[in-house]
Amino acid sequence: MTRYIAGRVLVLGVLLFGLLCITFVISHVIPGDPARLAAGPDASDAMVRTLRAQYGLDRPLGAQFVVYTRGLLRGDFGLSLRSRNAVAEDLARFFPNTLELVTLSLLLAIVVGVPLGMLSAVYRDTWIDHWSRVMSVSGVAVPAFWLGLMLQLVIALHLGWLPLGGRLNLTTALPQPITHLLLVDATLRGEWATLGDGLRHAVLPVVTLCFPALASILRVNRAEMIETLHQDYILNARAQGLGGVRVVAKYALRNAMIPTLTMIGLRYGWMLGGTLLVESVFDWPGIGLYAVNSALSSDFVPVMGVTLVIGLNFMLANLLVDLGYAWLDPRLRRTAA
Amino acid sequence: MSARVQSLAFRGWWEDRATSAREARRYARIFGRNAASVAGLGLVVTFLAIALVGPWIVPYPEDATGAVHLDRKLQAPSRAHWFGTDEVGDDVYTRVVLGARLSLQIGLVITLVAALIGVPLGVVAGYVGGPLGEIIMRVTDVFLAVPALVLAVAVVSALGPGIVNAILAVALVWWPGYVRLVQGKALAISQESYVEAARAVGVGRVRIAFVHLLPNCLSPILVKASMDMGTAILTAASLGFIGLGAQPPFPEWGAMISHGRNYLPTWWWYSAFPGLAIYLTVLGFNLLGDGLRDVLDPKSRG
Repeated sequence: MTRYIAGRVLVLGVLLFGLLCITFVISHVIPGDPARLAAGPDASDAMVRTLRAQYGLDRPLGAQFVVYTRGLLRGDFGLSLRSRNAVAEDLARFFPNTLELVTLSLLLAIVVGVPLGMLSAVYRDTWIDHWSRVMSVSGVAVPAFWLGLMLQLVIALHLGWLPLGGRLNLTTALPQPITHLLLVDATLRGEWATLGDGLRHAVLPVVTLCFPALASILRVNRAEMIETLHQDYILNARAQGLGGVRVVAKYALRNAMIPTLTMIGLRYGWMLGGTLLVESVFDWPGIGLYAVNSALSSDFVPVMGVTLVIGLNFMLANLLVDLGYAWLDPRLRRTAA
Repeated sequence: MSARVQSLAFRGWWEDRATSAREARRYARIFGRNAASVAGLGLVVTFLAIALVGPWIVPYPEDATGAVHLDRKLQAPSRAHWFGTDEVGDDVYTRVVLGARLSLQIGLVITLVAALIGVPLGVVAGYVGGPLGEIIMRVTDVFLAVPALVLAVAVVSALGPGIVNAILAVALVWWPGYVRLVQGKALAISQESYVEAARAVGVGRVRIAFVHLLPNCLSPILVKASMDMGTAILTAASLGFIGLGAQPPFPEWGAMISHGRNYLPTWWWYSAFPGLAIYLTVLGFNLLGDGLRDVLDPKSRG
């Protein structure tokens, strides 16, 4: 098992290096002039030249790549062309917010999606199945940014039940950082009002972001459960007099969870992509909003940083999923070791 | 004698026809049994019809090309303006209908470019294999390790915003899915006995790839392409919403929602209707893709 994990970590390193090459090629080789784009339309040629020299964009590509890679190894993601801030500091400030958003959304998607898929399979072709199928086809088709806007329109603006966006009310003070995760810090410090305010701000973005993931988790789990419930060992367990709930929850779910787990891992990655849209809608100060704002001002250094961070997270999630297989299915454990 | 040979040949041809007609009828029956598939087909046909005849059925065709009528800006839906009007007085219904044609073009270009890059690479990786195949698959893995939208945003931030750049960006990050799909399929088919037989009688590799492998990969490619039409439209609309895709006055749905956002909640129709159009279009292509999969590729149901 240890050798298996070591091998996987090695592959992860190679993939990450590949991703670095691709993002570098995208932002440096594609015909375009980042210095001119960043300097803005009114900049003189001299200003563009200065900017180019300052960021080393006039050096050979190979040299630029070496400089950037060396920096990354030291945890230096370069400087933003626009704000002159260190991208690493910006990422460290924004990433915890995105992590909280994605984690809550994924949890909600699993907690609702898995049982609903199970129910849908057990009570096939009843009203509960019909509704969850409508949900599962709608979830992946509805544009997340539009769903977010419509939720804002109805729930925040018309009904006034929840705040429109942001992480906290302007009057609420941030808790003293411990983990830099706002909700966790508020809990650890015992600042319940802050926690409540933070949770109220989180509801709409979390629901919006989780919807596509919920839909596909539900769909896969339903299909797998239907398949599994027809297997001989389930019939056998039933014939031996085991109760319905026990059979479904213990024997069938465990086997149906393997493909579901794959979908959860995949969806985690797509969710990181979805944060670009959902954070824009809800003004959520995470790396998605950071990437969008940087891209809008043609500032490619932060965009590269966000791409690498999201890629790394997605790869780590896939690694966890593969370890999860081994935990769910002992046969895989043996072949893996 | 020759007449007899001819009639035999004709009978053979006719029987082939009859079999494929029977096959088609069987497929249609399987497809028609599923209400969701039929609904998907209906949505897609409606979308295609609107895209084709759009310019002739809209009441204010000039509103999609940057006309300004400040005298009738931000009007609520009415008989004259079914979906209301936007901040420069353009008819939202006109712009949504004409947006269908634009979305169809976007979806087609992205899907076609992606398939044209991805399918040949997939055949090479799955059938030829070797170091070249290995390299292709590793590059594919790297692309698949980042959500398409994130990479597309990275490409657009290097190229600069605009509809052509947005389409290019999405197409450039979309092909790896086809490589993965075709590679797996080609690998499986190349073990089949008929490919073995073709190889044994001395058929060349290129010929095997194009005559035996590719036609047998077509069903899953078609299913994926149908699904991708919807997802590609959704991704391009997302870029439009962020502000990196189509710019005004293009009647692009995502960009319309992005502009309408500033007029919520009072002028809700401005962003509500374009979003509904995206939803129904993507839903249609997804349901159609599901239906096609049930018929053409029942083994890979998920």
